[in-house]
Amino acid sequence: MAEGKTLTLNMGPHHPATHGVLRIVLELDGEVIVKATPHVGQLHRGIEKIAEGMNFQQVIPLTDRLDYTAASLNNLGYCLAVEKLLGIEVPKRAQYIRVIMGELARIMGHHLWLGSHALDIGAMTVVFYTFRDREMIMNINEEASGYRLTPSYLRVGGLAKDITPDFIKFVRDFVKWFPTAIDGYHTLLTDNIIWRKRTMGVGKVSAEDAVNFGFTGPSLRGSGVPYDLRKVRPYSSYDDFDFQVPVGEVGDVYDRYLVRMEEFKQSINIIDQAIENLPEGPVNVDNPWVANPDLGAVMEDISALIRRFKIQCEGPHAPEGEVYASVEGSKGELGFYLVGDGSEHPYRMKIRSPCYILTSALPKMIVGHMIADVIAIIGSIDIVLGEIDR
Amino acid sequence: MVEFLSILIIKTLVVFAVSMLIVAYSTWIERKVLGHVQLRHGPTRVGFHGLLQPIADGIKGFFKEEVVPDNADKPVFILAPIISIAAALSLLVIIPFGDSVTIMGHKITLYLTDLDIGILYVLGISTIGSYGVMLGGWSSGNKYGVLGGLRASAQMISYELSMALAVISVVMVSGTLSLVGIVEQQAGLWNIVKQPLAFFIFIVCGLAELNRTPFDMPEAEAELACGYNVEYSSMKFALFFMAEYAHMFVFSAMVTTLFLGGWHGPLLPGPVWFFIKTFALIFFCVWERSTFPRYRYDEVMELGWKVLLPAGLLNILLTGLWMVIFNI
Repeated sequence: MAEGKTLTLNMGPHHPATHGVLRIVLELDGEVIVKATPHVGQLHRGIEKIAEGMNFQQVIPLTDRLDYTAASLNNLGYCLAVEKLLGIEVPKRAQYIRVIMGELARIMGHHLWLGSHALDIGAMTVVFYTFRDREMIMNINEEASGYRLTPSYLRVGGLAKDITPDFIKFVRDFVKWFPTAIDGYHTLLTDNIIWRKRTMGVGKVSAEDAVNFGFTGPSLRGSGVPYDLRKVRPYSSYDDFDFQVPVGEVGDVYDRYLVRMEEFKQSINIIDQAIENLPEGPVNVDNPWVANPDLGAVMEDISALIRRFKIQCEGPHAPEGEVYASVEGSKGELGFYLVGDGSEHPYRMKIRSPCYILTSALPKMIVGHMIADVIAIIGSIDIVLGEIDR
Repeated sequence: MVEFLSILIIKTLVVFAVSMLIVAYSTWIERKVLGHVQLRHGPTRVGFHGLLQPIADGIKGFFKEEVVPDNADKPVFILAPIISIAAALSLLVIIPFGDSVTIMGHKITLYLTDLDIGILYVLGISTIGSYGVMLGGWSSGNKYGVLGGLRASAQMISYELSMALAVISVVMVSGTLSLVGIVEQQAGLWNIVKQPLAFFIFIVCGLAELNRTPFDMPEAEAELACGYNVEYSSMKFALFFMAEYAHMFVFSAMVTTLFLGGWHGPLLPGPVWFFIKTFALIFFCVWERSTFPRYRYDEVMELGWKVLLPAGLLNILLTGLWMVIFNI
């Protein structure tokens, strides 16, 4: 290649296939990429800094806006970190409902991934089918919390409120329906010869490279490393449930696709077990500094009224110390590092964003491929800019 | 002379009007069919089931602001959509809609002309049409546009070859280059039975010529952000789209003519059969668009040169052998 013969193409931030506002500066030799430089930060909202001025409960809606495609999982990661700092454990029923909400959120995230990934590769119909099923989860979210996309349903110390019988009915309906829908997705894509041609052998990442880059989640498992925090370090009663961790073989786009498709099935399996074995009991921790007294008590007892007022205004005070808690988010290991200084807000909150780390590997994955592969690869690592830029 | 001219003018007007109506309503068909495949309704607001939507779109196209980018090559930028639409409309001349009818003692043929070299005319003019796409992308001064234009030129030229090979085998069977002749020769047996491989090659190449999924390289919206037409606005943009849908109509008409027996069919009159077959093919174009993912650029070239071209040559060889052995 002669010097000065490349074309610099600024892909993004406003581009239909960069999943938000990712900007990649590509150097092209014909259609082949010789150099790629991702630029992030267009969606920076300073969530970590804003959190420092809020009390622990108030931060929860902020975490919804990280990976907004799978909002409840962010809530879960954050709540686990705060609960670890406070040294409390939520009741079994709350843990099960959290698992249900978390797995539903994972399915929601994968729905958006599948739809947009297929749309990027040109199969425009899949997105409508995934959104039909995503709508059912939205309804479940609405039944639980009143919100559809960003439920903010989890609280430090438990849940916002107990679930309703309708919630259970909706979840059961979804569990019953969803396997049929997954078969539909497979029919449209998995054996399609064009889909296979576009995804097989593209964007290969070896297991060693994936580990060295810090990959987590389905992108790591696509490379054949069976690392899943739900198995490795079970939290929120995940050890009660029976599920498998799907892994790929070669680590190309197709393997990552198959891993996520299988995760649909495993998630629905977990939800089925959780909703059928849902324990009775309270949904909030029995700790006077964390959990609100119920409204009946507030009406009759002055101390309960004062306590509710204090909890609403200030919330629990965290002890001095620092903790790290992480969950298996829909994109990878979503970690929250919290420093408490004795006050009611975090002294520092650091979010370990899986997508940020996946993005760091983009140049290596892209170089040598063609423009059409760039969007296939971006789609296959399933990045969400809300989480990268925070 | 006057009689001949007036018949010709009336026929031209009718063919033009009907074809433009079909072109406009293929956008409606596309949006409706795509909508229903994708659990949506498509246009519903303008008119009954959105039937006036194409007209509303046209009016909107006329009243939008024209934007010509600063670093565009202005004359070429304006010329490109004109080439596109002109080539597409010139193709309407030779479509044989039906046989002849007798009105008030005059024998009127249901096609504008019957060129002796009809099929060559189709191939030639449709190639000129691809200049529109190529120059449009090239002149717009946009990198995505340039990439789209490059892809368009490469893709259309390579698929033109295989398409011509498929046509050659049809011509061998029919013994004529005239489209009317080809249709008349299919009265007993449609060419799709005699030439199934050529039919397949022609359909695939036609989709590539039309820039439709799975071969919509020049305008791949996910990769190139609409490619060659990214800088176009207003009526110039609409002209590109009219050209695309006119090409789709012509392509469907060509498949009907070359392989599906044209106006031949039982019971119903000829033109009805012609339009039934043509609309079935337009429906097919929309249907496959909603189903298939998009090929990658190099895979498209590979398919064109390594699969379809040899297959086309093989088909000609087999057809020739068959004709020699059975002495047709």
